[in-house]
Amino acid sequence: MELAIGIILAGCAIGAGLALIAGIGPGIGEGNAVAKACEAIGRQPESKGAVTSTMIMGCAIAETTGLYGLVIGILLIFVAPNLFVNILKNAVK
Amino acid sequence: MNNKSLRFKVVDWLLIALMILPLVAGIALKVLTTPGSDGIAITGARVYCVIPMPLQDLPITESQVNSWLIMLTIVGAVLYLTHGLALKPQTKRQLLVEWAVEKAEYLVSDNMGARFKAFVPFIAAIMVISASSSLMSLVGLRPPTADINVVAGWAVVVFIIITYYKLKGGLFPYVKGFFEPVPIFAPFNIIGELSTPVSMSFRHYGNVLSGVVISTLIATALQGLSKLLLGWIPVIGNIPFLQAGLPAILSLYFDIFSGLMQAFIFAMLTMLYIATGFPEEDYERRMAKKRARAAARA
Repeated sequence: MELAIGIILAGCAIGAGLALIAGIGPGIGEGNAVAKACEAIGRQPESKGAVTSTMIMGCAIAETTGLYGLVIGILLIFVAPNLFVNILKNAVK
Repeated sequence: MNNKSLRFKVVDWLLIALMILPLVAGIALKVLTTPGSDGIAITGARVYCVIPMPLQDLPITESQVNSWLIMLTIVGAVLYLTHGLALKPQTKRQLLVEWAVEKAEYLVSDNMGARFKAFVPFIAAIMVISASSSLMSLVGLRPPTADINVVAGWAVVVFIIITYYKLKGGLFPYVKGFFEPVPIFAPFNIIGELSTPVSMSFRHYGNVLSGVVISTLIATALQGLSKLLLGWIPVIGNIPFLQAGLPAILSLYFDIFSGLMQAFIFAMLTMLYIATGFPEEDYERRMAKKRARAAARA
């Protein structure tokens, strides 16, 4: 029983860690977006306002995939262990 | 203007009280129901009570109560701001309100076009409730937007409106849109359509929740650190001094910037989805057909 619970907890922790790999994509993507926005502002400083607001909008949308990973990670750490342990206990009964 | 009547002032104070009292009530409720001595913990929204219902029990959670409170606060703020409107602005708040309404109208007409002018109140309402819900964490309450149920409710409302406007071009073009470019793509198109509310709600909820979790983690860490460093001093050692400054700086980003940003993005995406999903040509064709039929009948 203890071993099974230990495996559940370890699996949840490892899974949460793996889920946060999803942060790589938005990091690279947003970095590219900001770099291009800086270039655009450098070329046309008068369009700074429009470029900045469009960039922030795009960054926020690109962030979504990372947030999926974050939500999964949070669920795995705070919700899943209790749930799985309860399922295990009910199954053992 | 100093020549306001006494009645005007009394009503003003009542409205200010309506603005502030819900937040005070929320803080009192939180202080009264939080069990002492369990320190800082990352939990979901607290369940205040459970109402038995035929199909499934209805839990009244902290996020629900907090969103009712913030609604009351917004009602109070709106009544206060629009109190004493005049043709010639006599109060400063009227100028503020006029500025805000003009900005909202400009934003909507800029992003959606003149056809969707009637959306100004809806978009402004979404923005205001989302921003003020996220800013609730500044007074120490749990923001309702850190609960996916609240945000998913808004996203479902928005999704229904999007679908309604897509259906305005007729049922056949709407269904046909799923089978483009080739019929094999139909399942992917349907999944893509359904992922709209999911991604909208996850984006908003994930951003606010990550702020809540990170602030709690940092507050806990600073509490431990100050206990470690200053715990040997007899009386004042128990006060977590290190918690004073840093969380406030972080909340500048996580609560204020992130909250306002997400409110803006949620409203922006609502506008874009509605405006780009609206099939203008099909709608015009359908209206023209309808008009021709009515003319033929007459």
